[in-house]
Amino acid sequence: MTKWHDFLEKDGKAPPWPYPIRYDQEREIETDVLVIGGGIAGCWAAISAARNGVRVALVEKGDTIRSGAGGPGCDHWCNAPANPLSNVDPDEWAQHMTDIMYPNGIGTQIQCRENYDTLLELEQIGGKIRDTDDEYKGAIGRDDKSKFMISPRYTRVHSYIPGTIKPKTFKSNPDQKLNNVVIRVWGTTFKPALKKECKRLGVEIFDRVMVTGLLTEGGVQGARVIGATGFSNRTGEFMVFKSKAAVLSTAGNYSLYMLNTELSGYNTFRSRNMTGDGVAMAWRAGAELTLMERTNPLMLGTGFKHTWYGGAGDASYENVPLVDANGKKLPWPTQGWADAGAMRPTPDVMEKIIKGVQTGEYALPFYGDFPGMPDIERKVTWNLMLGEESTTKNITHSYEEAGFNPDKHLLQNYNFIEGNSLPQWRNATGGGPVIDWDLKTTLDGLYVAGEQTFSYGDHSYAAATGRYAGRKAAAYSQQINVGKMSQEQVTLEKARIYAPIKRTDGVDWKELQAGIARTMQYFCSEYKTERLLKMGLDSLKDIEERHVPALYALDPHKLMRSIEDLSILTHGQIVLHASLARRASSQILNFFRIDYPEVDPPDWNKFVTVKLEKNKVKTGELPLNYWGDMKANYEAHNKDYEGVYKVK
Amino acid sequence: MAQNKVYAVPNIISPNTPVIFNPDICDGCNTCVEVCQVDVFIPNPEEGKPPIILHPDECWYGGCCVNHCPRPGAISFNWPVQQRAYWKDKATGNVFRA
Repeated sequence: MTKWHDFLEKDGKAPPWPYPIRYDQEREIETDVLVIGGGIAGCWAAISAARNGVRVALVEKGDTIRSGAGGPGCDHWCNAPANPLSNVDPDEWAQHMTDIMYPNGIGTQIQCRENYDTLLELEQIGGKIRDTDDEYKGAIGRDDKSKFMISPRYTRVHSYIPGTIKPKTFKSNPDQKLNNVVIRVWGTTFKPALKKECKRLGVEIFDRVMVTGLLTEGGVQGARVIGATGFSNRTGEFMVFKSKAAVLSTAGNYSLYMLNTELSGYNTFRSRNMTGDGVAMAWRAGAELTLMERTNPLMLGTGFKHTWYGGAGDASYENVPLVDANGKKLPWPTQGWADAGAMRPTPDVMEKIIKGVQTGEYALPFYGDFPGMPDIERKVTWNLMLGEESTTKNITHSYEEAGFNPDKHLLQNYNFIEGNSLPQWRNATGGGPVIDWDLKTTLDGLYVAGEQTFSYGDHSYAAATGRYAGRKAAAYSQQINVGKMSQEQVTLEKARIYAPIKRTDGVDWKELQAGIARTMQYFCSEYKTERLLKMGLDSLKDIEERHVPALYALDPHKLMRSIEDLSILTHGQIVLHASLARRASSQILNFFRIDYPEVDPPDWNKFVTVKLEKNKVKTGELPLNYWGDMKANYEAHNKDYEGVYKVK
Repeated sequence: MAQNKVYAVPNIISPNTPVIFNPDICDGCNTCVEVCQVDVFIPNPEEGKPPIILHPDECWYGGCCVNHCPRPGAISFNWPVQQRAYWKDKATGNVFRA
């Protein structure tokens, strides 16, 4: 009796909704700092704001204990050059990591200066960051004194994409020792520790609540952000949050171009909860956004790698050599010590492999040769790296339960035989509000962290920027009063949110999302022209005017999915507007205009911005490196900050 | 068990059973209901019984329900048929599938 149709057969009716229905109830919450999104960035923002002595409310669509991209776990603490085993200077490393077009120099500088401090705080609250049980003695990269486990990632090769960031000799590391900037961690311990600390500090946590919109002073677009509205996705209760400052720490959008739950479950890189709500609400409030035209092909996995790197991640992880079906070693990097952390074959090596497959030199399928690894390295990769990384712990368990033994079994790899995902199936992340050195957006009172900082980031980036945004938002909240709320703004938002529950038929959330996704696939993916992009806007407008008024939801959960669809729709419109505004192609943004074919022409090497002003789209631009000298500006904005780096 | 009466129901969502509960071990504590990011489960109306899988199509296979379960064996993954992975014994060359 665990499936709903079991109940149908037993009782002749579906089980009742298990939570009280409170659509007609409203609750008002007053706080100093409101944190929107309780993933890694949001938890750190809440902790940091609370430690600065202000009242904090944290709102999360799932349950803070395991929510967010980093909720299940994390294996790498990347870009931690302030750690004692690092051989490079944090400022030089930050500069190097931004030596690529369209980085976020502010976020990267914060990560490089502060993520080691963040890691030490994480240890204090119960996160495991060292091999304290001496499980991996003798592994390469393990420091016997500190018991830190250094990862081969970025030891020499510094990018996921070959050639995008070239290896260099650092002034701070003239002898070219290994960089040692990435630490292996026991990330499954992190999220429960963060939630516990939030509770200990008195953070008011609102789990299973979706924030739907930001409230601005007097209800004016572009004015100071003074709170937000939301509702419980279990009871439907409406909530009005009044705050002095807000931190937007929501995720990117992996659902804008794709919906296919049949046969494989919710098969994108991130869970359905991550639907670009943050960007959509910042846009509606009038914040200036950038890099919204950046989208990239989704990599959908096969095998047990349900949502991970193209199906290859499992059998080609750190230090695992790839072999062909006859046991011949492939020239595929192992992300390991042997190739200094390289993750992908270079284009010429890839061509050699493809040719080898076509001529039979390399027999398919390929395998990860776990038994061929030194015992201790195999143990590290299987138990620690795969065992502690996000969604992979359950994968290693599933393998083991089915009889797989890494000591004697080769793990199948799905490269080539699974094909490539279509270029029309894309993610929409890496764009977000324009920020300053306080991680403040162009709206007073609104700060951002993690993926919202027009960056892909990673776990430690989310943590460090969250912690930073929390401290800045707290400082702002201490010098300002509660803003004047517009009742009209609240009333309009309430009407928008509850429209789908007033209907019992029409279009459900899945049909609507698939419709939006198809529009984006047709008009804003591999091939872009002004005509196609404008057709995309017309198509979304048609959906908005004709199908959104037919959207229906039968319970608070489906209501959340429906309102998420509205975020996805708005997100699509922003991407289209931003794509129209960039009249050039760009390799690094994976953005190709047929009508403007020149790739990265110097005139267009700049941030294109979009925002709403009196509900009209206004475009603008910012120079690359608009943040100025990273080291000098970081220091100027953080004179009172005490971190490990300063005393190193 | 299915009775003699046959109901007219739509096609069942697929995949429908991302996890399998062992009712002998599961005591209905609903920890899995709480840790799931996307609310795949709801509590069983009958106290002490395993939760109901209400939104199997939203399952992200994040694994928290299984990893966080305080009673090992009470809940286990049931990967969709198309996602059952392969491996090979290095010594014998025999290929296995989960």
